[in-house]
Order: sequence, then C-alpha cells, then structure tokens
Amino acid sequence: MIALLEVDEVSKSFGGVQAIGELSFAVQGGEILGLIGPNGAGKSTLFNLINGVFAPEVGRIRFRGIDITRQPPYRIARHGLSRTHQIVQPLTSMTVLENCTVGACFGRENLPLARAREVARGAAAVVGLEDRLGTPASQLTIAGKKRLELARALSAQPLLLLLDEVLAGLNPTEIEHMIAVIRRIRERGIAIVIIEHLMQAIMTLSDRIIVLNSGEKLAEGLPSVVARNPRVIEAYLGDPAPAAELHGHRQHE
Amino acid sequence: MPRRPFFWIIALVITVFALAPAIGNDVQMRESLLLAAVYITLASNLNLMLGYAGYVNFGSIVFFGLGGYICVYLVSAQNWPLAAGLLAAGIGVSALAFLFGLGVLRLRGAFFALATIGINEAVQAFVSNFEPWGGSSGIYLSTEVFQPLGGPGQALWIVYFLLVAVMGLSLFLSYTIKTSKFGLGLLAIGQNEDATAILGVPTPLYKALAYTASAFLPAIAGGLYFFKSAFIQPSYAFDLSLSTEAMVITILGGQGTVTGVALGAYLYEELRGFLLTSEAFSHFQLVIAGTLLLITVLFFPGGLMGWIYSRFPRTQRVLE
Repeated sequence: MIALLEVDEVSKSFGGVQAIGELSFAVQGGEILGLIGPNGAGKSTLFNLINGVFAPEVGRIRFRGIDITRQPPYRIARHGLSRTHQIVQPLTSMTVLENCTVGACFGRENLPLARAREVARGAAAVVGLEDRLGTPASQLTIAGKKRLELARALSAQPLLLLLDEVLAGLNPTEIEHMIAVIRRIRERGIAIVIIEHLMQAIMTLSDRIIVLNSGEKLAEGLPSVVARNPRVIEAYLGDPAPAAELHGHRQHE
Repeated sequence: MPRRPFFWIIALVITVFALAPAIGNDVQMRESLLLAAVYITLASNLNLMLGYAGYVNFGSIVFFGLGGYICVYLVSAQNWPLAAGLLAAGIGVSALAFLFGLGVLRLRGAFFALATIGINEAVQAFVSNFEPWGGSSGIYLSTEVFQPLGGPGQALWIVYFLLVAVMGLSLFLSYTIKTSKFGLGLLAIGQNEDATAILGVPTPLYKALAYTASAFLPAIAGGLYFFKSAFIQPSYAFDLSLSTEAMVITILGGQGTVTGVALGAYLYEELRGFLLTSEAFSHFQLVIAGTLLLITVLFFPGGLMGWIYSRFPRTQRVLE
C-alpha cells in the first residue's frame, strides 16, 4: 500500500545552516501524526517544504504516490493537502464565509462558487463559526482566527491537513474545544500532521509521534514509547518544563 | 436574464449617457460626458488591478496610448475600417500586457509600481523614435477618415456612442469579475497573496489574466479617443498625469467597488471641468485632486463608497 505522504531523504538549509537534514517519514491515510521538538527544530520549515513554500535542496516528497517536490503551493493544494499557519493569515477584510469559500473554490474539488459556499458553511460549522459567517475576519478574536484557519483549510476538503500550532495562544476552554474539533476532523477520515508544544494535548491526540531536533529525526513511534525515550528526554532537558510534562505523562499511564 | 438589480443599474447608466446629449443634440454635454466615459473606462479597468488584486499599476495609461496608436495607424496608413482598427488595438495591447505581466508581476509593492511606470516610459521612448508612427511628431489624421462614418459631424456621434458602449462593457466586466470565482481569487490575492497561493489560487496566472483584462477596454477607448482627436503624439498618448488621475479616481471612489469608481470618475470629470473653466482655479485641477486624495486616504480609507456603505449598510446588498 502506498503511504498518503512520503518524505524521502529531504534536506533544506538557509545560508549554510541546516534546517532539515536527510529527513524521511511517511503518513498513512486517516492517522494523526504528532510532530514535536524544541524551538528551531525545523517543524514549521518541514511544513513549508511539504506544501511547496520552500523547495528542498535534496530529496523527494510524494503525495498519494505523485511526486510533488518543487511544485508551487497552489498546485499542491489541488492534490488535497491543506494547512494552517502558526501565525494566523486571515484574508482580513473578507468575511468568515468568504475566507472559507476561497478555500473551497480552489481546493481539491475545484468547486464552482455556489457549491463552494455550501461546503464553506459546512466547514465553518465544524469549527463552531457557523454564527459568525458574515463577520469580517479582522474582527474575530485570536481564538476565532485560529478556528478560521482550520475552517478554511477544511473547506478545501483535503485528504491531509497540516496543523501548525492551532492550540497556541488559546485558553484552556478554547483548547478543549479545539481538541474536540480535531477529533471530529479525524473521524471524517482526514489524516492530520500536527505541530504542537502542549505535550499533554499532542500525546493524547496523536497515533504516532516524530521528534525533531536540529532538523533531524530523533525518535519515532507510539506516544507512550517516545515519551520514555532517553534521547528525547535529554533533548528537552534544556527546556525543563516539557521534559517534566513528558515525565508526568509517562507516570499517568 | 440576470436577477441582480445591479445589472439594471449599469444598463440605466449606459442609457442615460447615450440619450442625454442625443435628445437635444447637445454637443457641449456630449464632450463632457465623453470625457467622463473615458475616465470611467480607465478607472474601472485600473480597479481590476488596484482594487481587486491590490497591485498598484501606476502606468496604466500605456494601454490607452498604445491602443490609440495602433488604431490611428491602421486607420490612416493602412486604410483599415475603424472597427477593425479598434479590435486590433484591443487584442494587440492585451497580448502585450500578458507578456509584460508575466515578467513584472513577479514584483510586488513599490517595485511593481515602479516597473509599470518604467513600461510606460519605455513604450513612450520607443514610439517617439518609431518612424512609421511619426516619431515624436506623431500622426495626424485627414478628415477623409471620417467619410466612411458619414462625415465628421456624424462620426463624432458614432465615436461617442462607441465610447459609451466601451464604458458600459468596462462596468459589466468589473461587475462580472467581482461576482465570479476568478474575482474571489483576485480579491484574496489583494488581501494576502502568500496565504492565497497556499489555499490553491494559481496566483501568477490570475494576476497576469487580470492585467491582460485591464488592458483590453482602455486600449479600445484610446483608439476611439485619438481617432476622434484626429491626432496622436507620444507626450499626449503616454501622459502619466492621466494615469495618476485614474488612480486618484479609484481611491476617491472606493477601490474594489464598481459603483464607487464609476461615481468617482464622473464627479472628478465634473469637478475638473468646473475648475478648468473657473478663472480662479484654472490649471489647478491636479493640486485639488492631490488635496482630495490626501483627505480621502487619511480620513475615508474606503473612499466615497466605503463611506456610503458605512452610513447606509443596506446599499451593500445592491451596489457592488
């Protein structure tokens, strides 16, 4: 069986500094893959390589068996690969519905306008923005803008969703809501790769975890196994809080 | 049959433009409305780039001037009928715009704006040295070119009606694009181009198509305008101040709106006519335009239409 996404020996450096080094992994259909690692480990760069914002110097990226390396972002989106941004990127003076309609119009299905509006409404409802459809994106709260990112990516009816810190900056109630939304998305059969700093959240959400450090894969496996990996704990030692959280998670089991 | 009321509003505007001067055979009103139609055409098409895609095309007048040259040359030196000359102007200039567009649309912000001025200056310099087009002294038409249209008197009316038609098509084009999927993609590019590309909008193609579309009708308007003047010269055809006026109109009226830009163009032409004829303000129209622009940008960033929308929110449903 072909994996949904295959990253094969991919490398990328900026001005001689290696951001991603010979990284390989695969994402299977319907799974949630968690991506963790210290700041600057190359997580967001990896997303930018997968969806075509950057081109890797070496290596191939395949989506559903099709080579998408070096394709521009708008072509990759058409294959059914959507993403959210760590720093929200709303189309500010457009409404919530218009934002999502753009996603639906130009996503995997390449829908006509009227049909796209229907899909957009559905996606807004999934994240709980159904009563804000006419609100300009600029007037949403941070939590609202994060949901909009997710709704817009969903509107494209993707097969794989890249989520870049959708929980960052949210309060505990909002985080709970967002986690429920992510679960609901997975139930629809959409595979997810999620970058997150909240250990508790990512450990419970993910089927599998990859730990990145300095652009290289430090560990890969089930959340419970990765959390016990001494190299992972060591990588986080410079940052004691997540290490303690990892430790705590291990003891909860 | 289109259901939206805006379609009928545009149809009404065209009818009024066509009938108002024709009923009383009012030549003075015709000349004033002809200029208004030219301004509306230039500003509406500029709006496709400036208001929709968010790209500041400072040299949009190059389409008008080049269209004028192609048409005038074909009609005078090659004895083409006016209609064929106009069509050739529209198609030729659009094709050139597509080629230019693929190159300069890689630039953004101030660099794009500068490049568009550069295109205009380069074309002007080329035409000034292009002997078949008369070089810097330009082309003069003899009155004989008006004969196929029934003599100069009737020809001026025909040109006027054609220009009103071009204006109407410009408004329909703006409206059709704005309410289409293509328009949604353009408006998204105007908001955040990088995020829009990630959402799947083929941004380079869309920008090039918008640039090409914004060249077609101004080129035909240029053909008509300079045919009517019976005279074309590089310094008139590629006059950057007309470019600037089109930008002022678009921002005054409300970028991205169809109604605002048309209204802005009409009011600007009226004001300009008033200033030119009044003794105190003669030749001050650009000073006044600059002051108005400053006030708009500082206090009414949405322009005239933005102000109307905020005062009367219901108008948003009817007026695009």
